[in-house]
Amino acid sequence: MTLWTTVLFASGLAFALKLVGYVVPHHMLDHPVISRVTAMLPVALLSALVAVQTFTGQGGVLTLDARAAGVAVAVTALLLRAPFLLVVILAAATAATLRALGWG
Amino acid sequence: MDEPELDGQRRKEVLRQCLSVGVATGTYGISFGALSVAAGLNLWQTIALSSLLFSGASQFAVVGIVAAGGSGAAAVATSTLLGVRNSLYALQMSRLLRVNGLRRVAAAHLTIDESTAVGVAQPEPPAQRLGFWGTGLAVFVLWNLMTMVGAVVGNALGDPKQFGLDAAAPAAFCALLWPRLKSGDARAVAAVSAVIALVVAPHAPAGIPVLVAAFAAIVAGLLPSAPDARG
Repeated sequence: MTLWTTVLFASGLAFALKLVGYVVPHHMLDHPVISRVTAMLPVALLSALVAVQTFTGQGGVLTLDARAAGVAVAVTALLLRAPFLLVVILAAATAATLRALGWG
Repeated sequence: MDEPELDGQRRKEVLRQCLSVGVATGTYGISFGALSVAAGLNLWQTIALSSLLFSGASQFAVVGIVAAGGSGAAAVATSTLLGVRNSLYALQMSRLLRVNGLRRVAAAHLTIDESTAVGVAQPEPPAQRLGFWGTGLAVFVLWNLMTMVGAVVGNALGDPKQFGLDAAAPAAFCALLWPRLKSGDARAVAAVSAVIALVVAPHAPAGIPVLVAAFAAIVAGLLPSAPDARG
């Protein structure tokens, strides 16, 4: 496979996957059980993504580093009802500071 | 559907979320562009990945596998596996957006973690649409611009990790999920799926742990919705 073939194949399949979800007829998605499942899907996928982005390193190995500290500060800020932007900035600043100090 | 328009205050609030997620994610485009060129893809192939594939995790997988000398087939397979979650996002966004024709094609292309997260985080339908489109477009424009910057100048500006941006992404998703977690059902789904993903992560290729966690949503949907005592 040339590099161009790889790029175009990967792109075509990525788009096809995205489109699949939109061509499922609405009347099917409106079924109560299906709509409960689809409403929960982003919650499940994004929570799993947060866990993986925060706690895993190379090869999916569990890792505790500056990212976990940043997210912990973000969750604390959320508990204290901090606004969105502040939560994100605090997380980044925490991780950046810890790394500057040579940890994680 | 008759819906009240968003008032100015809410509009500004949603747009601010769109833009901050766009900036936090878009900045990573520099890393992607730099890595892609270092992996041996040329400028146009790098730009094609950001504009046509447009899904960060899949793009990093493609250039990572190419850089490691892996086959094109392996790169396509991993990228595709990582893209499956976009199909699942699309199911919910399709219900919320109700789009057809060209708009549907555009919505599909912009369906990624970030646009879905901001969209579903909003309680009212007009804000859901604004959040999805605003974030999708902000990420698309900034991600592609920053990809070009990264591809041309490399990581001259420094590793985004240095600025803690790898903690900013999960923190932003936490903040976006936060209002949903008022419901006991959603809290249970979030906790269970996070645990599933971490248990599976060391034993499965990238992309699989998050997909396995989706079973938490399926089980929760099939169970009769519990009366929400705590929440």
